[in-house]
Order: sequence, then structure tokens, then C-alpha cells
Amino acid sequence: MRVTCPYCGERDRREFTIQGDDTSLRRPGRDAGAEAWHAHVHLRDNPAGRLREMWYHDPCGAWIVVERDTVTHAVHGSVPAREAAR
Amino acid sequence: MRYSGFRLIREGFRGNTGWTRAWRDPSPRPDYDAIIIGGGGHGLSTAYYLARNHGITNVAVLEKGYLGGGNVGRNTTIVRANYFLPGNSEFYSHSLKLWEGLERELNYNVMHSQRGHMILFHSDGQRDAAARRGNAMAAQGDDAILYDREGVRAMLPFLDYEQARFPIHGGLFHPRGGTARHDAVAWGYARGADRRGVDLIQNCEVTGIDIENGVVRGVQTTRGPIRARKVGIVVAGRSSQVAAMAGMRLPIESHVLQAFVTEGLKPVIDHVISFGMGHFYISQSDKGGLVFGGDLDFYASYAQRGNLPMVEHVMEAGMTLMPMIGRARVLRSWGGIMDMSPDGSPIIDRTHVEGLFLNCGWNYGGFKAVPASGWCMAHLMATGQPHEVAARYRLDRFATGRGLMDEEGTGAQHSLH
Ligand SMILES: Cc1cc2nc3c(=O)[nH]c(=O)nc-3n(C[C@H](O)[C@H](O)[C@H](O)COP(=O)(O)OP(=O)(O)OC[C@H]3O[C@@H](n4cnc5c(N)ncnc54)[C@H](O)[C@@H]3O)c2cc1C
Ligand SMILES: [Zn+2]
Repeated sequence: MRVTCPYCGERDRREFTIQGDDTSLRRPGRDAGAEAWHAHVHLRDNPAGRLREMWYHDPCGAWIVVERDTVTHAVHGSVPAREAAR
Repeated sequence: MRYSGFRLIREGFRGNTGWTRAWRDPSPRPDYDAIIIGGGGHGLSTAYYLARNHGITNVAVLEKGYLGGGNVGRNTTIVRANYFLPGNSEFYSHSLKLWEGLERELNYNVMHSQRGHMILFHSDGQRDAAARRGNAMAAQGDDAILYDREGVRAMLPFLDYEQARFPIHGGLFHPRGGTARHDAVAWGYARGADRRGVDLIQNCEVTGIDIENGVVRGVQTTRGPIRARKVGIVVAGRSSQVAAMAGMRLPIESHVLQAFVTEGLKPVIDHVISFGMGHFYISQSDKGGLVFGGDLDFYASYAQRGNLPMVEHVMEAGMTLMPMIGRARVLRSWGGIMDMSPDGSPIIDRTHVEGLFLNCGWNYGGFKAVPASGWCMAHLMATGQPHEVAARYRLDRFATGRGLMDEEGTGAQHSLH
């Protein structure tokens, strides 16, 4: 797998640390209640297909959101996490 | 047909012409008492024990591919009962006891080999943790021996004892740990279930779960609808997709774990050896191949194959531990779809739908669990009550935070295991 960092260009997968799907961009409000927090921390769509994930590019220190197919490992683009969070 | 030494000799003289199919190939009937979705190790053992322990034989196992084509035929075959936390301890202890009688029980050679399992430690802190784990194992009634460096050297003289990065301080040995032939376990349970009347239906993918007023009625499949009073979801890496058919969102992420086998060699490695610091474990199959694996690739995947960085990492770890394997040639590598739960422990539980049961979250350790998982899943489906050794495998432990079983102590969250 090669992944394009929006800042640095296409790089080897070993330059990245992967956190998992992009739920961390949708953090519930402080008083959202236990059910919402449980869903946030534990429950996942876990699709067999396209998934948006949080990747960290170690050399430049950027968090990016990568869209990747979990069945083929094909990467379909990436954006800075800051933009994806808007 | 019963298998025996006598039969083997007789067939040898008759050119092996007398063997019959190990199980039937039935078409699905319209109606069953119970349906098991998934013909992996856990689905097949569940069906077997439904028939054997509870007399429920009007059962179908629905498998989308072929029996044993999933993780049960892809793992590194390690069987052990060296868990630490209450909940896991009693469950894996029960499983190992079932393993010990399995060949007789199934009249099938699953090649269970209790060659002993050694976990190495590399610091004083790890020694303390190993001693504590060993005591927990002994308290559960299983066996554990703490060896110092020289004790390990006497058993495993081929490890590199000079390396400075992870010096070998000793090991925790579990004599009853070992390996088994993974396919044979699936086949043995399949044959056993079939002989008790269970229909094993291959090339039959479940595409929907029929629910009326909160009660399960049956399933939709690629071979038509099938009614059932009880349905068990036992699909390992595909749990999220199948549970979604019943409107559930699970605490599961599916990840890829890779494994490797070398060309056949003369016997060199007599035990199972785990090198935690390198996430490396190895044993030698009866055919002579070195079977080894490492850690997850650490990204979600349904591809059943991984990427080269983890291949490189596993090879490095192997060379760090035992440089002697450096000239063995790797024949094959492959991957499986691991159903990872947040705390690393499994789920065997009811669901919000009456008659629908869930078995998942086996992470990278569900092969050794095959006998007990089926035993407990069958108990749950037949009686509606959790079996006592699986009573803590509840789905709601993540919502409540009560009863989490984080064996690694890294935190009950995805991406930490
Ligand atoms: C590389 C590797 C190494 C491992 N090493 C070990 C080890 O050393 N020791 C250990 O204890 N464990 C190990 N494991 C883990 C162990 O293999 C799994 O936890 C266990 O096999 C999972 O349960 P199963 O056998 O039922 O899964 P599977 O064999 O995957 O069975 C699930 C079945 O469900 C079927 N299915 C899915 N969706 C549907 C559908 N919609 N309709 C019908 N059928 C469906 C699939 O086709 C599959 O056959 C390892 C796993 C891997 C991949
Ligand atoms: Zn970058």
C-alpha cells in the first residue's frame, strides 16, 4: 500500500501510523450521554468496502483522512484531517 | 464409516477404494430448529454440541464458501490455556480439557500435539508478570513452570542468548500447550455433526435475517429462504456484516493477521515458542514446515492477505530470536480476517432479537477456543442461559464498562490490541 500525504505526496505505508476509522472526528458533546459515548468508543460500521480512516504521517506530523477499500486495499485519496473535520 | 487402525490397514490392501464421503452434501430444507451461520471451527463445533449435548439434531450450518475455508484453516494452530483473567481462565481451561479428549470423541485424528508452549521474558518486570500468570494458571488447575535463562537454554539451545536488545531472562512453560491440525479440527467436527443428523450446507451465503416483532423467524440465503426458531451468528471476521442484517452495530473491527510456512525441514523445533517482544511465535508442523506468525498489519481489512512491511517485521523478529532459521525458504504466506473486539476477549451472548445469538470477537486467538466455544454456544442456544465458563462473554460489557477482560492490559479500545 502506498498512500498520498496531502503535504508530502505519495509515500510508503511504513511512514504512517494508522489509528482506525475516522470516528475521532465525530466526538460526541460532553453531555451527550452514555449511549452516545459507548457508540463512539466501541461500535464500528466496519465495512467490507470503502472506509475513511485516520492516518498519521510520521515524518511531517500531519493527521490525514484516507479513504481506502478494505477488500482490495486500494487507496482512493486523502485529505488533511483538519479539512475533513469541518 | 468409523475410522480405525484396522480400517486403515484394510484400505491399504484394497488400494484405498473403500473410503466413503466424510459427510453428506444435502440441499437446504425449508425449516430447521436451529441454523448456524458460518461453517468455520466455531460454527461446526456449535452444531456438533447442539446435537451431542442437547439432542437438537434438526440443525443446518450455512457456509457461504466451503467448510473450513475461513480462519479455521488459516491459523498457526496454537492450542493453550495460559490466560490470566477470570472469565478467560476458566473458559480456555475447559477448552483445553475438551481438546485432550477430542480425537476419541470425534473418532478423528486432529493431530493434537501437547508439545509444550514457551513464552519468553526479557526483563525483571516481565519475569514478575510471567510468575503471576503462571500462578493464575496453576490456580485454575492448569500447568505452568517458570524457567530461568539456563533452564530455557537447556530446552531451546538454538535461541540467540547473546543479543543485547531483548536478552532472554527465562520463560514460562505450559507443558499441556501445543498445536493441532487446523483443517482436521473443522473436518472432524463437520463429520461428527453430520453423523448426528446436522445438515452442512456449503456455497450458501446468508443475505438477510428475518425478524418479526422482535423474534427471529429464519434467514434469506443465496439458496432461498430458510425458516428457523433459533439462529446463531458464528462468522468471525464477517460478524459486522451479518449482525447488520439484524440491525446491530457491533464493537468489532476486522483486521488482517498474516502467517507463514517454510519448506519441510528435519525436526528442529520441538515446542511452540512465543517471543512477545517481536510479536513472533513459531512451531514446526508434522510435515516439517516451520509455521510462524506475527502481529496484525494494524489496518482494517477483508482481503485475507497482508502487506510486505509486516512480512519484513516478522522475518526480522524470527532472525533476532533464532538466527538458525535464516536459511530456511518460506513457501507460502497468507492472511485471515480477525474479528477484533475492544478488550481482546470474545462475545458469546443473546441479542436484542429473541432467538438470535451472537458468537464473535475471537481476535487472533480463537482456534484454541473451538471446542469450548461450540460447547458454550450450543448451551446458550439450547437453554437460553449462558454456560458457566462463558458467562462473562457478554455483549453489554462495553456499554456498561462492567466485566471488561483486557488480558494485555493496554486498554479496552480498538487499535490498542
Ligand atoms: C494467521 C492467523 C493465525 C492464527 N493463529 C492462531 C493460533 O495460533 N491459535 C489460536 O487459538 N487462534 C489463532 N488464530 C485465530 C483463529 O483462527 C480464529 O479466531 C478462529 O478460527 C475464528 O473462528 P472460526 O473458525 O469460526 O472462523 P472462520 O473459519 O473464519 O469461520 C467463519 C465462517 O463464516 C463464513 N461466513 C461469513 N459470512 C457468511 C455469511 N453471510 N453466510 C454464510 N457464511 C458466512 C465464512 O465463510 C467462514 O467460513 C489465527 C488466525 C489467523 C488468521
Ligand atoms: Zn506528510
